[in-house]
Amino acid sequence: MTSTTYEPVAAPETDLRRRGLHLGDLLFKGIALLAALAATVLLGLIAWKIFQLAWPAIQHFGLSFIWTEAWDPVTQTFGALIFIYGTVVTSLIALAIATPLSIAIALFLTEIAPRRVAAPIATMVELLAAIPSVVLGLWGILVFGPWVRDHLEPWLQDVLGFLPMFSGTPSQAGILPAGLVLTIMIIPITSAICRELFMRVPKDLMNGALALGSTRWEAVRGVLLAYAAPGIVAAVLLGLGRAFGEAIAVNQTIGNRNVIPTSWFEPGDSLGSKVASEYVGATSVEQAASILYLAAILMVISLVTNVIAQFIVVRFERARAGV
Amino acid sequence: MSVAPGAVDPYDITVRSNGLRRRRIIEKVFGILSLLAALFACAILAVVLGTLVAKGFRELNLDFFTKARPLYGEKGGVADALVGSAIIVGMAALMAIPVAVLVAIYMAEYARPRVSRALRVVLDVLNGVPAIIVGVFVFGLLVVGNGQSAIFGAFSLAILMLPMVARSTQEILQVVPQSLRHASLALGVTKWRTTWNIILPSAIGGILTGVVISLARVAGETAPLLFTSSIAANAVSFDIHSALPTLPVTIYVNSESPDPGEQAAAWAAALVLIAFVLVMNVLAKMFAARKRRQLEGS
Repeated sequence: MTSTTYEPVAAPETDLRRRGLHLGDLLFKGIALLAALAATVLLGLIAWKIFQLAWPAIQHFGLSFIWTEAWDPVTQTFGALIFIYGTVVTSLIALAIATPLSIAIALFLTEIAPRRVAAPIATMVELLAAIPSVVLGLWGILVFGPWVRDHLEPWLQDVLGFLPMFSGTPSQAGILPAGLVLTIMIIPITSAICRELFMRVPKDLMNGALALGSTRWEAVRGVLLAYAAPGIVAAVLLGLGRAFGEAIAVNQTIGNRNVIPTSWFEPGDSLGSKVASEYVGATSVEQAASILYLAAILMVISLVTNVIAQFIVVRFERARAGV
Repeated sequence: MSVAPGAVDPYDITVRSNGLRRRRIIEKVFGILSLLAALFACAILAVVLGTLVAKGFRELNLDFFTKARPLYGEKGGVADALVGSAIIVGMAALMAIPVAVLVAIYMAEYARPRVSRALRVVLDVLNGVPAIIVGVFVFGLLVVGNGQSAIFGAFSLAILMLPMVARSTQEILQVVPQSLRHASLALGVTKWRTTWNIILPSAIGGILTGVVISLARVAGETAPLLFTSSIAANAVSFDIHSALPTLPVTIYVNSESPDPGEQAAAWAAALVLIAFVLVMNVLAKMFAARKRRQLEGS
């Protein structure tokens, strides 16, 4: 009789303790899951909110807004083409210069330089990435821009002046200075990703090529670059996405004029730069809505670039993991 | 294999062909060009930093750090912007770090590989959203109707910090040795206590590295603050419910000013900002080195 009364007392106690411990685990996992969900929801919320903000303008101007070349607050005619041109051309200038340079820097750091030399140079390239864009823009507008106007652009005109983009009057703020400042911004990004890619190329493959008598350059071209090619494409796209989205440094160096210039020396404007400079000071509902339309276009362009890059990265890693 | 008289035997390694000389020249050119590319990047860094010191250092004095931004024509400092930046970046860290670490814990400790990979893509895409878009988002979500405030500025910077800290933390958690987890679980410690008391402390060096680097980056962000905390008075203020002046916005506004005095103030403020960024990067290197020593010691 007495022995039976003990057991029910003891059992719930251990049970509770066990359930309590289990509860702690469940609670912690639940909170962590909630945080992960919040990050995912946040990304969706940003996309949804930008579209919701731009929706009145999308309804009012329609899709033709995208290829309309106009920005006149007085006559209330607005279009995005001027800014899409500025964004795409400055970013492509940056891409064309930064890609070969970044690959060369990454090759130097992984294949050529002894480790004692490579480490400090890698740190310096990292620090280049750490310079805030507003500081680079300050340097771009007050020091680099005048240098481009007085030295680089006259030289380009002498050599390549027969091309329309290198004709015209040199100026300290314009498409070309903005593109060059963007180049400086994306070199550390692309070269850091390329460096990691090159370090992950199996040493056996490189050693095999060298053992067969190829020079280092031949091994790099035939083995390393071939192996890492998809990854390089992803690295370049990530740099491009960064260049598309940069608003501040471009705003400081592009000159802010609502035209599509024939010459790259002349001022223009980009999507991000226009949004940064005009949204708070918009004078009419139509103008504010048009600015939001520009923001939506910018978001779509950079999201698409980024998602393609991520897609390549995931596929690349899966394929290489299978090797 | 017989070779016709007069022809060069392609397998005779004692014959030096022109091809070999050409290949050696290309090899040399490759080495030199890649060295030049690396030197070019270093030269740009040196030129930018050199200009900042040359143009900004003269302006630095006690007044610069203790007085607020001047009204037109007066001499002043950036004390108000320093205080504002510190408050906003501090609040952003408080908002972003706990969430980011929890996301990383979920990815590294709980999620199945597929889910973890998907979350990684989400974070990387979030990291790729332009800062200006984050600014417009917070403007449309919170500032419209409520007005600008330091809290909203901090929130927009926190959105930029979240994916950076979460990704770096998750990568560190994934290299914590499995044996640590197994040993702790085998002693009967619950999973969440294992994570909290064993995994996180052993990864703290790496987590701090990521946190410090992301702090350095958002401290220089201008675009989101233009929309959330840019219309502020020229006075030192601690009121987080109103817009506060910040270093990046001050540099941005002054950089487009034609007044040489304001440009000089922009250079000095940029020098202060870059000094903070450099110190943070050195700190990050120290944390990373400490973590490496710990792992080597164990």
